[in-house]
Amino acid sequence: MSEYRVLPGPEHFLPPAAASMGIQLPNPGEAHINGVIASEEKAYEEAARQFLMAKVPTIFPGPLVLWAWNEKAAKKATAIRHLYNTLKDCVQPGQKAMLIPMPDYRPKYPKINPEVEINPNHPNLTIWHNKIDCCMFVGVHCHQANLSLKIIRGGTSCYTIAMCAQAGHEDAMLSFRDASVEKIMRLADTIKRLKGTVQPRLETAKNGASS
Amino acid sequence: MSKERIQISEDLYDIMPSDYQDLVKSATYGKEDRGWKDIGSSKELIEQHSLCAGCPESMAFRYILASLPNPEDTVMVGSTGCTSLVFPMVAVHNIHSLFGNQNAIASGLKRALSVRFPGRVKDVVVLAGDGATVDIGLDMTLQAWFRQEKFTTICFDNELYANTGGQESGLMQKGFVAKMAPVGKLFDKVRLPEIARESGCHYVVNCTVSKPSLVEKVIRNAVHVAREIGPTYLQLYTPCILEIGKNSMEGLQEMRDSEKPTERFAYKEYVSEPAKQLLAELAAKDKERKAAAKQLASQASA
Ligand SMILES: Cc1ncc(C[n+]2csc(CCOP(=O)(O)OP(=O)(O)O)c2C)c(N)n1
Ligand code: SF4
Ligand SMILES: [Mg+2]
Repeated sequence: MSEYRVLPGPEHFLPPAAASMGIQLPNPGEAHINGVIASEEKAYEEAARQFLMAKVPTIFPGPLVLWAWNEKAAKKATAIRHLYNTLKDCVQPGQKAMLIPMPDYRPKYPKINPEVEINPNHPNLTIWHNKIDCCMFVGVHCHQANLSLKIIRGGTSCYTIAMCAQAGHEDAMLSFRDASVEKIMRLADTIKRLKGTVQPRLETAKNGASS
Repeated sequence: MSKERIQISEDLYDIMPSDYQDLVKSATYGKEDRGWKDIGSSKELIEQHSLCAGCPESMAFRYILASLPNPEDTVMVGSTGCTSLVFPMVAVHNIHSLFGNQNAIASGLKRALSVRFPGRVKDVVVLAGDGATVDIGLDMTLQAWFRQEKFTTICFDNELYANTGGQESGLMQKGFVAKMAPVGKLFDKVRLPEIARESGCHYVVNCTVSKPSLVEKVIRNAVHVAREIGPTYLQLYTPCILEIGKNSMEGLQEMRDSEKPTERFAYKEYVSEPAKQLLAELAAKDKERKAAAKQLASQASA
C-alpha cells in the first residue's frame, strides 16, 4: 500500500495526482480518508467532525446539482440545501457555514467574484477570500473536481471532502462514492448527532493551541 | 430544444450568481427567429469581454451570438488570440483548441456529435483569428474544407497577430507596417475567400461587421448550409484599432471605409448551387411562417 497520504496543503505548486502516488479508490460501500480505504460509517463521522471543527465549513455544489437536468438532480439539490441548513444550525458562534455554487467550468478570468462563486480553474481565490478551511464538493464532474481538488491541496490548507456520484475522488482528503440523496441526508444526520461534541478550531486557537 | 433544459434547481436558485439567473429568465435560447434585434431587450449570451475598449471584435461577437440559429445545441471552437479572451464569458458551449488546430478539432467534434446525438441537430462553429486560420492553421483549415466537413469557419480578420503585439499575417495588406513587422509586408493579402471557394466551401462571404443585420444574415446562412450541405467560410473584418492607431470610437468608421466597392472588404459572396437551393427553400419556409404568424395575430385581434 502507498505511503502517500492525501492531507491538507499547501503541498506545493503542483502537487502530484494522488492516483500517481498509488492512492486507490474505494470499492462500493466504502470511502477513503486521507487516501486510506475506510468504512462509510467512519467517513460520515470524520466528515461531520471536520465540518464542525472548521471556522468556515463550506459546501460547493457543482453544475450537476445546480441545474435541474432531471428529477434526481433537483432532489439532490434539495438534500444539499438541507445539509447546509443543518450545518448552519449546528455550528457555534464564530463559525460560519457557507454554500457557494460552482455554476460552470469556464476559466472566468478576470471576472470571478469569489464572494458568490467558485471556479474550478482557480478555486483557491474563493477559498482564500472567504477563509474557508473545510469544503465539500458535490455535483462536480470528475475531471474538473480532480483538477480543482489538486489546486486546493497545492495552494491552501483547506480540508477537502468529495461527495462523489461516481467512484470517488482520490485527490480529496475524504471521499464518498455513489453519492445519493440518502447519503447526503445521512451526513446531515451525523452532523446533527455530533453537534456540541466537537471543539471548533476557533476555540482551540483562542486557548493558545496551534490551529 | 428550448429553455426547458436550462433550469436552475429550485432549492439552490438563490445562490446562483445573477448572470445565470438572467440567462434562464431572459436569454433567447430556443427562440426561433432570434437575431441582433434581441440585443437590449434580452440577456445576451456574452457576459462581458476583456478586449480593448471599442474593439470591433466585441461587436462581432455580440452580433454572432445573437444570430446563431441554435445556440443551445451549438459548440464553438476557438483558438489562441484576442478572440480566446472572450470565450470564457460566452454562454454557448465552446472548446479552446491549440493555436491553429481549430478546424481539426471541429472536424472530430462534429463527427462525434452526430454519432452521440443522431437525432438532434448539433451545429459546430469555428471562430478564430487570421493568424490561426490562414497562417499557422492553414493546413487544418484547408483539409477540413477538402474533406467537406459540415461546420462553419469564421475568421476574425484584423490583418495581423494582435494578441502578441502586431506581427505580420497572411491576411495583412501588402506594404503594411506593424509594430512587430517593421519592414512592411512584401506580399499581397492571401485571397482566402477565393481559396475557400476552390477548396469546396459552399457558402463564402467576405465583409465587415459594420451592419448587424448583414452579420445576422450571413451567420444564419453559413450555419444552415454547413448543417445540411458542407463547409462554409466567413471572413469578417474586425480591425485591430490598437494596432492601426485608431481610438475606441473609430472602429466603425474604419469598417465603413474598408467596405466601399473598391476596397478590400467590399461585400463578396460565393454560394454553390446546392446551397442556393437550400437557402431559397429556407427563405420560402420563413416567408410562410411569418405569413401564418401574421394571420394568426390578425385573427386574434379581430
Ligand atoms: C502553437 C502556438 N504558437 C504560437 C502561439 C502564440 N500566439 C498567441 S496569440 C498569437 C497570434 C494570434 O493572431 P490571430 O490568430 O490573428 O488572432 P488575433 O489576436 O489577431 O485576434 C500567437 C502567434 C501560441 N499561443 N500557440
Ligand atoms: S489588441 Fe486589437 S484585436 Fe485585440 S482586443 Fe485590442 S483592439 Fe481588439
Ligand atoms: Mg489577427
